[in-house]
Order: sequence, then structure tokens, then C-alpha cells
Amino acid sequence: MKVLLSLHLPARLENLGRFKESVVDCAKAEGFDQKRIQEIELALEESLVNIFNYAYPDEVGDVEVNCKLEAGRLIIEIIDSGIPFDMTSLPDPNLTADMEERKIGGLGIFLIKKMVDEVKYRREKDQNILNLIIKKDR
Amino acid sequence: MEIQTRKERNGVIVSIKGRVDAVTAPEFEKNLSDLISKGERTFLLNFGELEYISSAGLRAILATAKKLKEQNGKIILTGLKGSVGEVFKISGFDSIFKIFDSEENALKEI
Repeated sequence: MKVLLSLHLPARLENLGRFKESVVDCAKAEGFDQKRIQEIELALEESLVNIFNYAYPDEVGDVEVNCKLEAGRLIIEIIDSGIPFDMTSLPDPNLTADMEERKIGGLGIFLIKKMVDEVKYRREKDQNILNLIIKKDR
Repeated sequence: MEIQTRKERNGVIVSIKGRVDAVTAPEFEKNLSDLISKGERTFLLNFGELEYISSAGLRAILATAKKLKEQNGKIILTGLKGSVGEVFKISGFDSIFKIFDSEENALKEI
């Protein structure tokens, strides 16, 4: 496994741009096409914004983003030490509700699941560890 | 993100260029709610030059649409293509909004 990037910053919206640029640069350098890169960017934003908004209700914590390449697949590992949150256990939102009943919550997580090939979650040593796995071609 | 607005017939055309993400979405939503405050009720959002949208942007559109509905207003959309169009489709937003293939055709609605 090749480690391409490891970036550790406070879990704040102002750092979204830096996380995105770094991961997009990695994917570009590894030859991912523009469409896949857009999907990666969206999945990363939705994952990070969730952490920024909910992981640390009473304190300012950090987020770590690691990019790895394994057998032609990009693995984006997102680690926080906030409250436990397993997005893979959530049901999909109701996408056929009309406007009045439509809730926006859960849509970000649904988008993550659709943008990447696989989402893996584990809780380990009081940390949430999320792996977004993206194949170069699909 | 760049936003241009233009009055046309009984509505307002809002063209969004660039990227609507978690950082820029609040400004996008404020822009729309300012237009509602000024009395606009019919919105045509043109996404032809939008390169990227995340759920924060979708949330802004939905919140505006709900506000408008209470006041008998509406939002219609045009210019959806590429990855932005895909995000709308995946989110099911293509079933809650009227989407037109061109600004010209959308204008017949307002």
C-alpha cells in the first residue's frame, strides 16, 4: 500500500478547501479522471462537513485525512475523535417525498454512498475511522 | 461562486457560476432570500455554468423553495447537465422541481 497524503487539521469549515485541494491533487496525480475526481470531492466534502458540524459538540477537535493507493483503488481514510457515528448504519432518505415532506438531513450521507464504490466504518480507540474506497474505473 | 440576477417578465433569472459548496451555500441562500424580501416570487435558476454542488447547495434550494411555496411563489430550473445534473437526479430533486432543457423554454413558464 502506498501512502499518498496525510493531513491533520482542526475540524472546522475553514479547512474544507485545504482538505479538498490536497485529496484532489492526489487523485489527479494518480490519473483519476475528471468525473471520478468530482465524485471524490463531493464524497469528501459531505463526510468532512458532517464531522465539522456534529463530531465535536462541546470542543474543537481535529480531523485526519489519509490517502492511500491499494491495487489501483484510492482509499480516503477520515479519522476523528468525536462522538461515535456510523453512517453506514443509517437508512437511505425518502427520495420520493414531495417538497413539504422532503427533509434534507441524510442526503449528504446518501450522496457519499452513491459517489464512491465502498464505504467502511469502524470505531477504534475512541476514534471514528471512515474509509471511502474509489476504483479508478467503474 | 458568482451569482447574476436579471428580471424577466414576471420573474427573476438567477444564474449561478462556479461552485456551491458548504462554504459558499450560505451566501447563495442569502442572495435568494434577499430577492424574496424584495418581492420576487417566481425564480428561474440557471445552472448552466455551475461546476459543482454539494448537499449544502441542495439544502439552500429546498429551503428557498419551501419559503416560496408558502407565498404562492415557485422555483423552476434549467441548465442541469454533467455531474451537477447527476447530483440532482441522485437526490431525487428532479422529481420535486420542474426542469427545462433551455432558458428559452423555461421562460415560457414565468
